[in-house]
Amino acid sequence: MSARVLVETADFDVGAELARLEALGGGGIASFTGVVRGGADEHGGLESLHLEAYPGMTRRALEDIAADAQARWPLLGLTLIHRHGTLGVGDRIVLVATAARHRGAALSACAFLIDWAKTRAPFWKQERFADGTARWVEATAADADTAAAWEASAEHGRP
Amino acid sequence: MAIELLYFAWVREAIGRDGETVSPPAEVRTVAALVDWLAGRGGGYAQAFAEPARLRCAVDQAFAPLDAPIAGAREIALFPPVTGG
Repeated sequence: MSARVLVETADFDVGAELARLEALGGGGIASFTGVVRGGADEHGGLESLHLEAYPGMTRRALEDIAADAQARWPLLGLTLIHRHGTLGVGDRIVLVATAARHRGAALSACAFLIDWAKTRAPFWKQERFADGTARWVEATAADADTAAAWEASAEHGRP
Repeated sequence: MAIELLYFAWVREAIGRDGETVSPPAEVRTVAALVDWLAGRGGGYAQAFAEPARLRCAVDQAFAPLDAPIAGAREIALFPPVTGG
């Protein structure tokens, strides 16, 4: 099982990342890409999204999250890449991708990884708007509930 | 006992620095007590730590509850709930 975990400011190549997983011999590759959301708001629109990380801890926290997924599903490989720094509307933030022999494990593990990352990876988002204001994004109860549901769930791909 | 403190997101902004080394008195035994002690400095500290329920922490780079003991800790980070992904 090969886990590829990266925390970086640079963009990533989704096609190349999926190709690496496709080459592992499994029958199913699942992926989730998170991008900076655009759209109108009362502040004249989002100018940029700033992602703050905890340099000493963030990478290891993501590795722990990857290990949790590996413990639950029989994965052939997984990729977890999370950017930090200043991003613009439409920029990629995060890539989660999984490879397994069958689609069920790949899809479930992919959903688990992004849900877990939302609540267990030390990153903080600040929205910076066209009118010069800025706002720290608040954690949502929905994200906490989703993660709690995984916590309670024994779902995994093994009989 | 010197402890390295790290602040992130609006905690960092309110306090006006990203970290510092502190030596709390012996009666400060938990992260929550440490937060109370720091809030007692007033100003940005009082503002950042006005609502402990909005705070999360990590002790030596592992998430911990606010009632976690600080004995032996080298690094304690104080921050809002995480919002990555």
